[in-house]
Amino acid sequence: MSAPPAAVSLAGVGKTFGKGAVRALEDIDLAIAPGEFVSLIGPSGCGKSTLLRIVGDLIQPSVGDVIVNGKPAHRARLDHDYGIVFQSAVLYDWRTVTKNISLPLELLGWSRGRRNERVREMVELVELSGFESHHPWQLSGGMQQRVSIARALSFDPALLLMDEPFGALDEMTRERLNMELLRIWERSGSTIVFVTHSIPEAVFLSTRVVVMSPRPGRIAGIVEVDLPQPRGAETREQPRFFELVTEVRERLAGSGAATAPTEPALVTEERV
Amino acid sequence: MSTVVQPVPRSFGRTIGRRFRDWLPALVVFVLVLVAWQGLVEVFNIRQFLLPKPTAILGALRDNRSDLWSAGIVTFKEALGGFAMGSTAAILVALVLARWRRVGGAIMPYAIAANAVPIIAFAPITNNWFGLLNPMSKMVIAAVLCFFPVFVNTLRGLTSVEPASIELMRSYAAGEIETFRRVRIPNALPFIFTGLKVASVLAMIGAVVGEYFGGPLDALGVVIQNNVALFDFPLAWAGIIVASAFGIAFYAAVAVAEHFLTGWQPAADSRSD
Repeated sequence: MSAPPAAVSLAGVGKTFGKGAVRALEDIDLAIAPGEFVSLIGPSGCGKSTLLRIVGDLIQPSVGDVIVNGKPAHRARLDHDYGIVFQSAVLYDWRTVTKNISLPLELLGWSRGRRNERVREMVELVELSGFESHHPWQLSGGMQQRVSIARALSFDPALLLMDEPFGALDEMTRERLNMELLRIWERSGSTIVFVTHSIPEAVFLSTRVVVMSPRPGRIAGIVEVDLPQPRGAETREQPRFFELVTEVRERLAGSGAATAPTEPALVTEERV
Repeated sequence: MSTVVQPVPRSFGRTIGRRFRDWLPALVVFVLVLVAWQGLVEVFNIRQFLLPKPTAILGALRDNRSDLWSAGIVTFKEALGGFAMGSTAAILVALVLARWRRVGGAIMPYAIAANAVPIIAFAPITNNWFGLLNPMSKMVIAAVLCFFPVFVNTLRGLTSVEPASIELMRSYAAGEIETFRRVRIPNALPFIFTGLKVASVLAMIGAVVGEYFGGPLDALGVVIQNNVALFDFPLAWAGIIVASAFGIAFYAAVAVAEHFLTGWQPAADSRSD
């Protein structure tokens, strides 16, 4: 891979909890180029959500450097470089759809007119027109998550961090939102780091899938997803899709054993 | 899009109509109890100092309505003042403890212990502090009674926030003040009102009981006590009814404020409280 300036650059990142008792992450080296869609996949307890939070400066790494858009993660957070979507939508019941989406804009001090205009765009983008004045509890889970995505994108963050955003949804809603997310990603051009349990979801969405192994969490391998863009429902039926799903599954299976990471060489290649 | 829950229509007239249907059984019970009361007193010829007839109480209420009303206002003002002081202090202390948890750890045991103190027992002492006729002597009792329920509920509301909500605010680089303003305080609002509703009733109780230990002659607690001493039991009972009416009205006023300020809540008007 060529070396454009990285959107995210992790060097020797490790995290231990409880005075070294639990090694959650070890030797994480990873570079993500601007505009990439990178999925982190691995079994429960492999530290993928912890890694996402370290990138987002919500958790401090015990060792290693986290550089986002050429600056330390802490600086990036203060500069509002992150949009975050959690597994639960984390919407505020006392705010309508409109007001939930405009929350970060209020915090950024945008004028009312500018906020309203942007919220209108976002509502259209996530196809929630007609639901602007609904409260979160009046929406289905899928719609709530779309509000959450609209909120995360509303202020054009350079980096979108998504922690199993569709994990709590049924399969059909999940596949529809996968398509919508790809469409939004193409239109917004943002960089996305996406944590998931689902292999097909990771393959379908990503430009690269980072496979992680548990205890301690390490990068067990990286699978380049060379499926053509733009992707659609037919992508899931291509033989190449199944090959890639199988490849990710094998890497996951290989990493499950308590052995050293399978291909550390591949990981270091990704350093910028 | 068929999975959408339609918003609860908030037509006021319809709400009143449904309220009336909900309340009808209670109303029937109320009338039945009054009739039974009247009947029992008449049939068994119960003496008036034990239990006056409802008609006698209603008569006393009618004949003394302007005196009772003004006495009620005097007492209600004390209750309101105490409610305002106690609730404000409770919310402020809860805000401080929610912000600095370590301070909370140091103070909480004493707050809980203080709640076990029978505050009413202090009424004669506050009368000494501020003077019998000073409304402040009753307000302080009401305020102390109001403090704990508002404090405990507010603190719970401020601290029972989803961790992801806080992470979200952190990701926006929002400071503590912004997080309180936009997440913790709105989240606490329904809890605060739960506390305020309890406090509204306690405030009236505190004021009346404070007056039992002495106060201005035109205060409700004093009116009730004096008429007991004068064996005018129907009038004493009428005073109790006025005190109850003020307490209920106060509670209802807080509940209406709650309805308007936390109307965003799921099915806020279908709760039965």
